[in-house]
Formats: sequence, structure tokens, C-alpha cells
Amino acid sequence: MLIQAIAFYFFATIVVASAVMVVMARNPVHSVLWLILAFFNAAGLMVLLGAEFIAMLLVIVYVGAVAVLFLFVVMMLDIDFAAMRAGFSRNAPLGLLIAAVLLAELLLGVGAYNAGGLTLGTPDGTATQAADVSNIEALGALLYGRYIILFEIAGIILLVAMIGAIVLTFQPPKPGARARQDVGKQIRRRPEDATVMKNPEIGQGIEL
Amino acid sequence: MIGIEHYLTVGAILFVLGVLGIFLNRKNVIVILMAVELILLAVNLNLVAFSAFLQDLTGQVFAMLVLTVAAAEAAIGLAILVIYFRTRGSIAVDDINRMKG
Repeated sequence: MLIQAIAFYFFATIVVASAVMVVMARNPVHSVLWLILAFFNAAGLMVLLGAEFIAMLLVIVYVGAVAVLFLFVVMMLDIDFAAMRAGFSRNAPLGLLIAAVLLAELLLGVGAYNAGGLTLGTPDGTATQAADVSNIEALGALLYGRYIILFEIAGIILLVAMIGAIVLTFQPPKPGARARQDVGKQIRRRPEDATVMKNPEIGQGIEL
Repeated sequence: MIGIEHYLTVGAILFVLGVLGIFLNRKNVIVILMAVELILLAVNLNLVAFSAFLQDLTGQVFAMLVLTVAAAEAAIGLAILVIYFRTRGSIAVDDINRMKG
């Protein structure tokens, strides 16, 4: 129990601290790196909760795909990030006020739940994880059984997103703009057309 | 003893930090997208926490769906960002007014 508490506070502290750094970092590249740290530690929290599959998915999908995508885009775009932060201090009071109000509301909600003021629907017990079944096995049985429609919709969403991203960013090659390989021209080329033998004087160089 | 309220508190703090990030980095679309990812991470943490403490795996299935939508959103958002940068040479949010919205 103590080990669990230590691990929870360790992961929770790092995830909150790195989320702060994501928001505050001056350089967006650093923001992405802090985001990766936040996702790793959130995955640790989920392992603590017994949801190993979601934790692994978080590492693979977010760290492996989304964060790398962010890194590529941040580094590809040539942007003056200093100018981007011009309104940072001007927006800070309003943002902090709204954040404080929102946090107070959310914590009040947690407190109300904790005090028994909120009743959540009780699960009907049809989706429980048996003691001798691993998390991924139980999740797979559920996903490929009762929630097969949801699973296929998720697949369609990913397919549409992939096609959309490709269609948006694809540039058809302009005719004549790209160098094309002409095999016949390459084969017809002879050494005597392409190279010249010269014997220059010492210190003279070559006129071409 | 770590109860569900601990996880819900972490989720609430993450959510608020995401919202704060949107306000603080109003000009930088990339950081706004990252803040949205933080918000979705907070939502996922809440779903998984409730799933674990109520012993119902449906929450984890739903967390996977949220993960799918978040990945699709990031891909489409960044693609739009790239083509916007290609045509305008800037990604300042204040300049995005072509549709007079």
C-alpha cells in the first residue's frame, strides 16, 4: 500500500509538473518533449490503476505517433516563436482567473462525490474483469464482442483522418518541374561526350 | 491509501492546465493543439479511474475511443496547419480570419 502511494505521488507530481512546463515553455520543441514526459507518467498512473493496455496504448499512440508528428511539424515550420509569445503576460490574468474558477468547480465536484452528495450509476456487472483474466484479454473480449460496432467506427475515423491528412497536404507534381529519368538518354551518353582530358600548367588552373 | 478522488484531482488539475494553456498561448496554434491533447489526457485519466474503481471495463473501451479521436484530431489539425503555413507563411491565430468567422 505504501509503495502504491509513493508511486502514485511520484507519477502525479511529474505529470502535473510537466503539464505546467508544456504550457509555460518558451520553445515549442521543449513543449513537445514535456508533453512526452507527461504522457509517460500518465501511462504510469494507468498501470497503477490496473489498465495496462490503455497505458501501453498511450505510450505507443501518443509518444510514438502524435508527439513525433508534433515534433516534425514544429521543426518543419519556420516560425518566429518569440513573436508568438507577445500576448503571454497580457492574457495571463484572465487565463489564471478562469483556470482558478474551473479548478475550484472541479474540486468541488470531486468533494461532493467524496462526501456522497453525488450518486453515480452502478455498473450492471456485465463488463467486469475476472480475477484470473488479464486486462488486455478482458478488454479484447469486450472490444471484439459487445463493442464491435464502436471498434469499427474507430477504424473508420482513423481511415478518414488518414485520407484527409494525405489529401490536405499532397501536392501533385507540376508538369516538367521535376527531373525525370530518361533511360534512353542515359544509355546513349558516351564517356567522350561527358568528360574532357586536360593537362594544365602548374598553378594555371583550367578554363572550362 | 490512494482512492478514486486522488486520481480525479490529478485529472482535474491536468484539465485546468490544458484550459490555461489555451488562454496563455493564444497566438500559437501548435501549443493550443498540445493543450487540447492535455485536456483529452485528463479525460482519459478520469475514465480509466472510474473504470478501475467501479470495476467496469466499459470505461477503458471508451478511453480507447477518446484516444482514437485524439489521434485523428492531431493528424488533421497539423495537416491544416501545414497547408495554412504553406499559403500564408505564418500560423498566427489572429491572422486566421479568411472566413470572417
